[in-house]
Amino acid sequence: MDSLTSQRAGLESGEFSSVELVEATLSRAEAEGRTLGAVVGLRGESALSEAAASDSRLRAGEARSPLEGTPFLLKDNMVMQGEPTTCASKILEPFISPYEGAMAEKLRAAGAIVIGRTNMDEFAMGSSTENSIFGPSHNPWDPTRTCGGSSGGAAAVVAAGVTGYALGSDTGGSIRQPASFCGVVGMKPTYGRVSRFGLVAFASSLDQIGPMTRTARECAWVLEAISGHDERDSTSIPEPAPRLESALDGDVSGLRIGLPKEYFVEGGTDPEVLARVHAGIKELESAGAKIVEVSLPHTEYVVATYYLVATAEASSNLARYDGARYGRRAEGVQDLDEMYRRSRSEGFGDEVKRRILLGTYVLSAGYFDAYYRKAQQVRTLVRNDFQKAFDTCDLIAGPTYPETAFGLGAKVDDPVSMYLGDIFTVSANLAGLPAISIPCGFAEGRPVGLQLLGPALGEAGLLRAADAFQRRTDFHEKRPVLDGISERIQELEKAR
Amino acid sequence: MSQDPMDRYEVVIGLEVHTHLKTDSKLFSPAPVRYGDLPNHDVHPIDLAMPGVLPVLNQKVVGLAIRLGLATHSSIQERSVFSRKNYFYPDLPKGYQISQYDEPVVSDGFLDIEVPTKVNARSKKEKAETCVKRVGITRAHLEEDAGKSIHDTAVAGSDATLIDLNRAGVPLLEIVSEPDLRSASEAVAYLRSLRSILRYIDVSDADMEKGQFRCDANISLRLHGESEFGTRTEIKNLNSFASIEGAIHAEVIRQSEILDDGGQIVQATMLYDVDRNRTRVMRLKENADDYRYFDDPDLIPLQIEEAFIEAIRSELPELPEQKRVRFAEEYNLGSAEAEILVSSRSMADFFEETAQACDSAKAAANWISRDLRRELNERDLEVSDLELEPVVLAKLIRLVEDGRLTAKNARDLLPELVDRGGDPEQIMQERNLEAVSDSGLIDTLVQTVMQENGEAVELVRSGDDKPLNFLMGKVMQASQGKASPGEVRKTLVEKIKGNGTSGEVS
Repeated sequence: MDSLTSQRAGLESGEFSSVELVEATLSRAEAEGRTLGAVVGLRGESALSEAAASDSRLRAGEARSPLEGTPFLLKDNMVMQGEPTTCASKILEPFISPYEGAMAEKLRAAGAIVIGRTNMDEFAMGSSTENSIFGPSHNPWDPTRTCGGSSGGAAAVVAAGVTGYALGSDTGGSIRQPASFCGVVGMKPTYGRVSRFGLVAFASSLDQIGPMTRTARECAWVLEAISGHDERDSTSIPEPAPRLESALDGDVSGLRIGLPKEYFVEGGTDPEVLARVHAGIKELESAGAKIVEVSLPHTEYVVATYYLVATAEASSNLARYDGARYGRRAEGVQDLDEMYRRSRSEGFGDEVKRRILLGTYVLSAGYFDAYYRKAQQVRTLVRNDFQKAFDTCDLIAGPTYPETAFGLGAKVDDPVSMYLGDIFTVSANLAGLPAISIPCGFAEGRPVGLQLLGPALGEAGLLRAADAFQRRTDFHEKRPVLDGISERIQELEKAR
Repeated sequence: MSQDPMDRYEVVIGLEVHTHLKTDSKLFSPAPVRYGDLPNHDVHPIDLAMPGVLPVLNQKVVGLAIRLGLATHSSIQERSVFSRKNYFYPDLPKGYQISQYDEPVVSDGFLDIEVPTKVNARSKKEKAETCVKRVGITRAHLEEDAGKSIHDTAVAGSDATLIDLNRAGVPLLEIVSEPDLRSASEAVAYLRSLRSILRYIDVSDADMEKGQFRCDANISLRLHGESEFGTRTEIKNLNSFASIEGAIHAEVIRQSEILDDGGQIVQATMLYDVDRNRTRVMRLKENADDYRYFDDPDLIPLQIEEAFIEAIRSELPELPEQKRVRFAEEYNLGSAEAEILVSSRSMADFFEETAQACDSAKAAANWISRDLRRELNERDLEVSDLELEPVVLAKLIRLVEDGRLTAKNARDLLPELVDRGGDPEQIMQERNLEAVSDSGLIDTLVQTVMQENGEAVELVRSGDDKPLNFLMGKVMQASQGKASPGEVRKTLVEKIKGNGTSGEVS
C-alpha cells in the first residue's frame, strides 16, 4: 500500500481505514523517512484525528475527493496554520505560521491528511538537499548519493514509499530534478496554475508548486486537487482546475514530439542518460507518436538568465527575514544595524547568502541594465523559442538532468557546476510552461528521468503522454531496496 | 543688500504630496484602515510580511487614482506597473515598499490656482491682487505607506524603539508637481487647492493632523532671469501648512546665504526643525540609498480600460474652481465670498440648499460665509459635522429678510441653532423676539429716548452725527432688540432733523 493508487483502492474498498493507513505511514516516516533525512517534521496526533474524521466521511459515502483519507507531506516551504515552516533555514527555525497556506487548505478541504514536512535546500536554493539545517537527504536508491533538490525530501519519501504523494516546489527544476534522481514522477505546472499563497517565496516569477507521485495518473489526481484560481495570488491564472484524468486514454498516435537539437549535443549529457532518454522517446514513437526536430536557439543562455532573475527576486524576497518580527533574531544585539547584520549572517546558510549577494548586485544602480534588464530580454527570447517550437510539435522531450544522482558532497564546493546542471529544467520556469519528469530507466542502478515540456496550460497533454509511456513500461514499479539502509547511512555519517 | 532673498533670487519649488486614499482596507491586504486604534491592531499577515504571503491590489484605489487624474486634467495610463523599492527599515516589514516607479497610473496634468500677481507680495493690498496660475502635475502614482517607528523614550523606554504597523500598507497616492511654484505662499495655495479637490472628489480626507496629507518640498534658487535651475534640496515630511511655509522660508534663507557668500548648494535631503525654524541636512544625495527598483513579480501590470475611465468621468462632481465661477455668475457673489463657499463640497452644497430654501442667494451667502463660518471655526467643526439643516438656517434668514426678526437677534439665536437645532420661528415666538414694526410703538420709544438724552439730540441737530448711533442703541435697548434698526434710524432722523435728511448719517 505504498502508492496512492493502492491506498485509494484500499480506502474505498474498506480494506483498511485512513487511521490505519496514517498510523502505518507515520511509522514509516519516523523510520525510513527520518533515516533518509527526508522527513523533518511530523504532526502525528493531529493527523490521526483528521484521519478519524476522514474515516467517518468514507464510511458515510461522503468522501470529499479521490484523495480523501490519504496521507501526504508538505515541503517545508509551504505554510500551514499552527505548524512550523522552516525552509530548512536557521532563520525560520522558531517560526510557526499564524495562517493557512493554499496547499494545506486545499488538500485538507479535499480530505487529504497532512502528516508533516519534507527536507529541502534552504529556501529552495540548491539541487541536492544538502543546504539544510536538518542535514542532507539521502537517495533511497543509493544513500551515498543525493536525492536532488531542492524538493529532495519530497522525492525521497515517494521513492521510499513513505507516502503515496508529496508536494514539491519548482523554481528552476526543484521538482523535476529530484524526481529524476529518485525515479518518481514530478510535475511543474504552468506558472499560475497552482496558487503560491502560503509558499515561501524564492523567486516569485518562477516558483510553482507541483505534485510528486509514482504515476502520471496519480499526478493528475493531485494536480486536479491543488490547481485552480486563487484570488489571494495575483499571478494565479483565472481558470478552474483542469479535468485531467479523462485525458489519460493511452492514445498518443499522431502526437508530435519535438526534440530540441540543443538538448542532444555531444558531450553535454552523460551518454548513459542520453541512451535511456532516447529509448524512452522510441517507446513513445512506437506507440504512435511522431518525432520532429525543433530548435531552442537560446538554450545556451538559459542558465545565466535564470540565475540573474532568480537571485534578483530572491534578494528582495528574503529581505523580510530581518529578525524584527518573527523567526530568529541574533542575541545580545546593541543596535538596529547589528540586529540586521547578525540575524541575517547567523540565520542564512552560505548558498542563500551567495544568492542574496548576487541578486543585490544585479539589481544595483549601474548594473541593472547589463544584468537584470538583459536577463528579462533573454527571457522573452526563450519564451519566443518555445512558442515557435510549439508551432511544429505538441510537446518537447529530452533529459531532465544531464546525469543521474551525484554523490553527496560532490558539488558542494563548486556551485557553478551545480548551477550548470539546470540547463534542461530552468527554461520551463523562465517561459512559465508545464513540464514533467518521468522515470525512463536506470543507469548503473540509478534512475534516469525523461522530461516532457508542453505549451502553457498543456498539463493534460503532458500527462496523457506520460501515462501512455507508463502503460508500456514498468520503471515506475521498481522499488529501491531499503533493507539495511539505516545501517549504511549511519556508517556514512560516521565516516564523515 | 536687500533683506528679502526673493528680491535677488527666484525661488523654484516642486512639491510631492502623499495623500492617504479613502478606502476601507489597505492597498494590498484586507486589513482595515483606521486611525487611532491600538498599535498593531489593524494588521494582516500580509502587512507583517509573513513568509508566503502575497499582495493583492485593492481595486478601489484604481478608481480613486483615476478620479484625481481626471480632476487634474491628467492622462490616465492604460498600463501601469508596481515596482519594489528595496531598503531595510523596521517599519517596512517586507524590506521593500511597493510603489509605482517608471510607469505611474497618472501623468501630465495641471492645476489652476489663484495666487498674488506679485510673487513676493507683502502688503495686504499686494496680496489682494491675484491672478490664476497653472501648476503642472508631473505624475501621480500609487504606493503603500510604511508603519511607524516610535522612538519616544516615554513610551518605548530609554533606548528602545517600538513599531506600530497599523499604517503599514495604507494606500497612498503620491502627487508630484512640476517645479512651477515660486514662493512659499504659492506652494501653500497649491496645497490648499489640491487638498480641497481631493476632498471634493472623495479621494482622500486629507486630514493633515492624521498624517493623511503630507508633503516633501524640492527647493532651489536661481538669479532672476536665469534659465537653468539651481541645485535643489528636498525637505521631507512636512505635515502642516504652517510647517510648509516655515520650512520653505527657512530653506530659501539658508540657500541664499550660501549663494550670497559665493558658495554652492549641495544636493541633499533636509529636515525642518519647527522649534528653531531652521532646515538641516538629513543626508547628502551622494550617500543616498540605491533602492534597486524592479517590477514586483507578485503583481501583474494594472490595466485600465477606456470605458472604466469614462464611467468615472461621468460621475465626477463639479470641482471647486468650476463651482466658484458658477457661484459668482449664477448668484452674483463676490470672488472672496464665492471662494469661501466652495472651500468644501459640504459648504457649497449647504449654501445652495439654503439659498434655494430662503430664496435669497445673497443673504444665504452672507450668513454662511460670515456668521455660520464663525460658529464653525469656534467649534472647530465642518459643515458636514452639523446637525443644522439648510432649511432651518433658511427659515432664520427668511425671518430677517421679512423684517420679522432683527439681524442682531437672529445672530444671537444662531449658536443655539448650531448646537441644538430647533425651529427658529417657534423659538422667536417663545422668547417674544418678534421684531416690532408697529410705528406707533417705535415713535413712543424714540420720543422717550430723545427726552432722556437732550444733549446728544442737540449735537445731532447741530450737525454732529456721532451721537446718532448712541441714540439708536438706546432705542434698540428699550425695544429689547426687537425694533427694526432701519425703522428706528429713520424715525430718529426725522424727529431730530425733520424730513428729507434721512440716510445721510452713517
